[in-house]
Amino acid sequence: MSATEQALVTADAVPLSLQGPAPKRVVAGYGFWLFLLSDIVIFAALFAAYAVLSGETAGGPTAASLFDKQHVLIETACLLASSVTCGFGSLAMQSGERTSTYFWMTITFILGVAFLSLEVSEFAHMLSIGAGPSRSAFLSAFFTLVGTHGLHVTLGLCWLIVMLLQVATLGFQPMVSRRFFCFGLFWHALDIVWVGVFTIVYLGAH
Amino acid sequence: MSTEIEAQGKSPGAHVHTQGAHRSYLIGLGYAVVLTLASFWASSTDLVYPPGIPILLGVLAIAQMGIHLVFFLHISSAPDQSNNILALAFGIFVVGLLVFGSMIIMANLNHNMMPMDRLLQMQR
Repeated sequence: MSATEQALVTADAVPLSLQGPAPKRVVAGYGFWLFLLSDIVIFAALFAAYAVLSGETAGGPTAASLFDKQHVLIETACLLASSVTCGFGSLAMQSGERTSTYFWMTITFILGVAFLSLEVSEFAHMLSIGAGPSRSAFLSAFFTLVGTHGLHVTLGLCWLIVMLLQVATLGFQPMVSRRFFCFGLFWHALDIVWVGVFTIVYLGAH
Repeated sequence: MSTEIEAQGKSPGAHVHTQGAHRSYLIGLGYAVVLTLASFWASSTDLVYPPGIPILLGVLAIAQMGIHLVFFLHISSAPDQSNNILALAFGIFVVGLLVFGSMIIMANLNHNMMPMDRLLQMQR
């Protein structure tokens, strides 16, 4: 009988309420999942503000005249690719392969930095032509929404550096593996939010 | 350790079979690329009836979010994931309430508001 079959038999025999506390990895993952959902609720509030204010340009530049779709497509590609390399990195982490963990996570980091620098260059360009957050309600909502996402990516990159340092100093301990796992969830969730951003903000502009 | 985990439910993103897991990410990547390119195409095409484009974009975005949840976050309808699904359902409910509620209320207020020039006239 394989380990999986054994687990299924135990799961059937003992009701969930009598099985005692769940292992720490499940509890930590579930708690982090709840945090991610509440983070997505914050983004929902910002999306609602953007949806309401996107037409209020106060005579300033409109969404259609500001955004460059090719630029956004490259940003999207960077973030999507980094999501997949992050997945490969966490798989390497689980099977305890140190070199390939470093390899995939470094690529994830580089793609994240590429995304962030594209976003910063877009913001700098908008500020230089006088389309800053104080120009109109539409631009305030835009900078709040996209800026909050960018801030999350920045924090994610800092977290990734800390995780790589912990792998280097502490090794593949269960504690480090749990944190790495939560980082993966965070990074994938940011990609889901970005799908909403590019659809509503960039492609919805007309 | 692994038997313990499977007996007591799974956390989101947990994958058991390392062999198939790489494939799952690649399949997810394939779907996501197709859906992303479809969204960018749909936003600037003449082939689709123009008022229908926002709906098409919405459908493509929701499909892509589903792909991300299934292939990257490994959320499924398996019985050991019922906690994750329940939390996700509540999250979607709150998000829907917040976004559509705000839009409906603000559109309604906007509709009932006196036009700005008349408001200014009355204040004189």
